[in-house]
Amino acid sequence: MNTFYNEILIDHNARPGHHHAVPGANMVLEGVNPSCGDDIVLQLKVEDGVILDGGFAGDGCAISRASADMMLDLVIGKTVEEAKRLSSLFMKMIREEISGEELEELQEAGALQDISHMPSRVKCAVLGWHTMDEMLEKN
Amino acid sequence: MNRIDQSGLDIGKIREDFPLLDTAGLAYLDNSATSQKPLCVLEAEKDYYSRYNANPMRGLYSISVMATDAYEEGRALTAKLIGASCSEEIIFTRNASESLNLAAYSLGSFLKQGDEIIISVCEHHSNMLPWRAAAARAGAVVRYLEPDASGELKVEDLEALLSERTRIVTLTHMSNVFGYLNDIRALAGAAHRFGAWFVADGSQSIPHIPVNVRELGVDLMAFSAHKMLGPMGVGVLWGRAELLEKMPPFLTGGEMITKVTLDDCTWAPIPHKFEAGTVNAGGVIAFAEAIRYAERIGRDKMALREQYLTDLAADGMRKIPGVTLIGSEKAQDHHGVLTFHIRDVHPHDAAAIFDADHIAVRAGHHCAQPLHKYLGVPSTIRASLMFYNTEEEIGLFLETLSTIRERMGCPKIEE
Repeated sequence: MNTFYNEILIDHNARPGHHHAVPGANMVLEGVNPSCGDDIVLQLKVEDGVILDGGFAGDGCAISRASADMMLDLVIGKTVEEAKRLSSLFMKMIREEISGEELEELQEAGALQDISHMPSRVKCAVLGWHTMDEMLEKN
Repeated sequence: MNRIDQSGLDIGKIREDFPLLDTAGLAYLDNSATSQKPLCVLEAEKDYYSRYNANPMRGLYSISVMATDAYEEGRALTAKLIGASCSEEIIFTRNASESLNLAAYSLGSFLKQGDEIIISVCEHHSNMLPWRAAAARAGAVVRYLEPDASGELKVEDLEALLSERTRIVTLTHMSNVFGYLNDIRALAGAAHRFGAWFVADGSQSIPHIPVNVRELGVDLMAFSAHKMLGPMGVGVLWGRAELLEKMPPFLTGGEMITKVTLDDCTWAPIPHKFEAGTVNAGGVIAFAEAIRYAERIGRDKMALREQYLTDLAADGMRKIPGVTLIGSEKAQDHHGVLTFHIRDVHPHDAAAIFDADHIAVRAGHHCAQPLHKYLGVPSTIRASLMFYNTEEEIGLFLETLSTIRERMGCPKIEE
């Protein structure tokens, strides 16, 4: 009965804190993962290099939704540079190259660590992060 | 409702023939994707490579003759299996997709600008994309036949699309999403009244029900070995001999010619005209053993057993809140194919939970994206059964299914 659908992941999927539109958002990007049909639209409000608010819309599997939600928990209030660093840590976790200390920095997003053993679902876990990276690079 | 297994098959004993069912430790319910293979099939392939591996059709020595005879015996058995008029009507390919590509490329070469091809919305991508490419090459038009809610392709709906411009109608005998068995005989009859050729995709039907191509009255029919206890790498295209003789080759090269000069060539007679290059003799020989195995068990008995298992699974699924079966409400229309969705749960999450409970099901669009769009769902989950599945496996499947919403944190549904 053991699955990687742990309580943290289930909770972020069933009751996401950031599944809403962001008033005054100045960055919007759609991320698509054809394998699961995940399709999320990420919105960020960034001023003076700081992510003031963020949210996501659209639909997808539990992993893509929960991952995007945990990511927003982590990056809201952080600088763009800090968000990019956290994203690189998340990718490190997926590649199973992350240290214990670094994993702690990811807080609840660390609950997705076991996804690295499920190659078919890695794309779901990284969708939100990739979309954010792309947005921040563009702007 | 078929409460009793009337097949009389000793499933415990049959399962001993399938090494994977014994060792993998899972309930394998993805049989529409590929079936498991009995040991005798694996051994037939090993025996070929161990004792008489030689390039068939070429050799002037004993083991090449043996390989040729065994390969051609596979062709004869396949012809008999589907009621072909003669062995020459059987073309071996790599898989059903290649068979349909051959059909579309070769038959499609007769198309002219403004001609029409009719395809159904239910088709697997492999019976859709090759025909669209053929239509694009000729400047022909593709028209789509829609199913009813049960997944049935209705003759009257086909008749509404048919015209004197229709040259080819290509439809699935049984959809890999609905499991509905279409009345191909009537559909082909309607196409022929308008002078169109009729192509049937038998990938899902031939493994599960007895099929006679002449009784169906079709012109070409494709299927594959690996969904019916045979190995991967062997597909079949059956065609009426006089039509195959007219059709140009698809692939050219070795062993498909009678004579080649620097400016000219003469194609070999059918079926060799369509089998360029070294053939998959080991695979065809193993497929022949799969046909013999299925006949020893009895294809009618296998169908009865699958009917019984389908009833059992569909009946249990109906009782689980939030679970919706796609297609006909009648279990007997599903032929072992149970495609469904679970309210508030993404199919890939559901499949991952089934996997954690050691149950193999398919999730996604099952190579039928246009059909899913038509149904208004991005993807679905599919459990597909084979005669060797057990009541216990159905029980495990239903037990996991009944827990998925709760395990994904979905609120309880008030009944």
